[in-house]
Amino acid sequence: MFHFSNIVRTKGDPKILEGGPSLKQPADQLARALGWFSIGLGVVELFAPRRVTRTLGMEGHETLVRAFGVREIMAGIMTLSVEKNAGLWARVGGDGLDAAALLSGLTADNPKKGNIALALLMVGGIAVLDYRAAQDTKPRRPSRDARRKLYPNRSGFPKGIESARTAARQIAAHAKTGVETNEVKQGDERRVP
Amino acid sequence: MKALVWHGKEDIRCDTVTDPEIQDPRDAIIKVTSCAICGSDLHLFHNFIPGMLPGDIMGHETMGEVVEVGSGVNGKLKKGDRVVVPFTIICGECDQCKRGNFSVCETTNRKRHLADKVFGHATAGLFGYTHLTGGYPGGQAEYLRVPFADATHIKVPAGIPDEQLLFLSDIFPTGWQAAAQCDIEPTDTVAIWGCGPVGQMAIRSAILLGANQVIAIDCLPERLSMAEAGGATTINFETESVVERLQELTDGKGPEKCIDCVGMESHVMPSLPDTLLDRAKQMVMAESDRPHVLREMIYVCRPGGIISVPGVYSGLSDMLPMGAFMNKGLTMRTGQTHVNRWTDDLLRRIEEGEIDPSFVITHTVALAQGPEMYQVFRDKRDSCVKVVLKP
Repeated sequence: MFHFSNIVRTKGDPKILEGGPSLKQPADQLARALGWFSIGLGVVELFAPRRVTRTLGMEGHETLVRAFGVREIMAGIMTLSVEKNAGLWARVGGDGLDAAALLSGLTADNPKKGNIALALLMVGGIAVLDYRAAQDTKPRRPSRDARRKLYPNRSGFPKGIESARTAARQIAAHAKTGVETNEVKQGDERRVP
Repeated sequence: MKALVWHGKEDIRCDTVTDPEIQDPRDAIIKVTSCAICGSDLHLFHNFIPGMLPGDIMGHETMGEVVEVGSGVNGKLKKGDRVVVPFTIICGECDQCKRGNFSVCETTNRKRHLADKVFGHATAGLFGYTHLTGGYPGGQAEYLRVPFADATHIKVPAGIPDEQLLFLSDIFPTGWQAAAQCDIEPTDTVAIWGCGPVGQMAIRSAILLGANQVIAIDCLPERLSMAEAGGATTINFETESVVERLQELTDGKGPEKCIDCVGMESHVMPSLPDTLLDRAKQMVMAESDRPHVLREMIYVCRPGGIISVPGVYSGLSDMLPMGAFMNKGLTMRTGQTHVNRWTDDLLRRIEEGEIDPSFVITHTVALAQGPEMYQVFRDKRDSCVKVVLKP
């Protein structure tokens, strides 16, 4: 079977013959897709806010759209990192903010209210995906209250700690005696130039 | 053969790969009998250390039996020898090797052009540890090619179980070097941040080197209980102030010697705002390391003291209190471990029953379960402290 990674192997190093199962779950792949989507949307909001506000009939809110763009990029980066769960929950919160901002523009006199309704539908759909991915990528670290095994008998010293301490003390005392015998005493004429 | 292969962030798989071959006359091939997952493997699992490529075989704590030797090994190893493989690949001939500075061997990093650019000067080649250190296939596999095998090995006697010897490859000499480079004196208090496997070894080493008091800092009950069993006074940093407790335990003077067994992924806690900022910066690649422990050590260490850093840092650390570091006249000693500098002495201590490093093993599983064990070890599930894999 062809494995792309084999191309960069140093000659003679082991090459993959058959790949084993991946630790990655579908939720991890979804989180990755949502992370990149978040960054893409954020870049559009940050650099083309006027296009966004015009499409939604919400001219004058460019600063808010830019701020949302920064938020999307940050959440996207977090979602792609090892802290993806925190990133996904940040996205769920962001979806709420998006929905609230869109609802504020859904007024009778907005000629683009159809677009806003469509955007709300999209936000709703993505929020469901964000929530689902956040649930499925929950860290599996044990809670602080979880019962844990303790290891009070694993000293690592077959003869006991006191024996180890005593041996160390004896070596130190021996070394000190050795140093003192060889030490040049203060005032020793050998030290006088 | 089967091997644990890195495919990307949080994606390690047990793949079938081609068997390693002798590439150079100084090579040997060993059949792996035991290998382990190291805390620093988790930095690679998280892709925090640059230079990993999909297809890289993980693992740098390995031992086994020699099954093939190259023509240039010159009788220093023969088929059937039982060896522990030090994680640093050494030539034994360069200026640094002759000085005993094996982890900065000038010969063995086969991708030194990369390391020269990133670190200024290349360091030794390491097994299973990024292309900055040579991109050598690691030992979480059924077989391992050992380059420069005439120098890169620790011969071990029969009759002692793998579990007692395996950690000569890394964590035992790493903990030992961390303590040894503190120049411990009988009146010293040694404070050790992090009670993972290296921290546990550093605790025992500090005791064996005659420290008056050893203080261990962590937040996981199982690790604190193991630290206490090894003779340390413990501080749980989630429930106590580390600085206040260390002051109390040292009559306000601070520990003379501080050891960082945590490294670049220090714990993130809302009550420690610098850890939150570091995590945010690390996420957007504005900082590669989270050096909270270094900051705390510099702050709390007794003036004139020594800071020893076996914990792995990969690149750039922000906001280190250099003012305190300089004015307090502290000394910092760091480095990957010069494994072979210490192993004769440590092997003797194991043989004489002075220490049994197997105390740290909490999980022993088949190699095929390795990928799952990376997650268990990372998440500290099932009170996991150290995982040994059996190919």
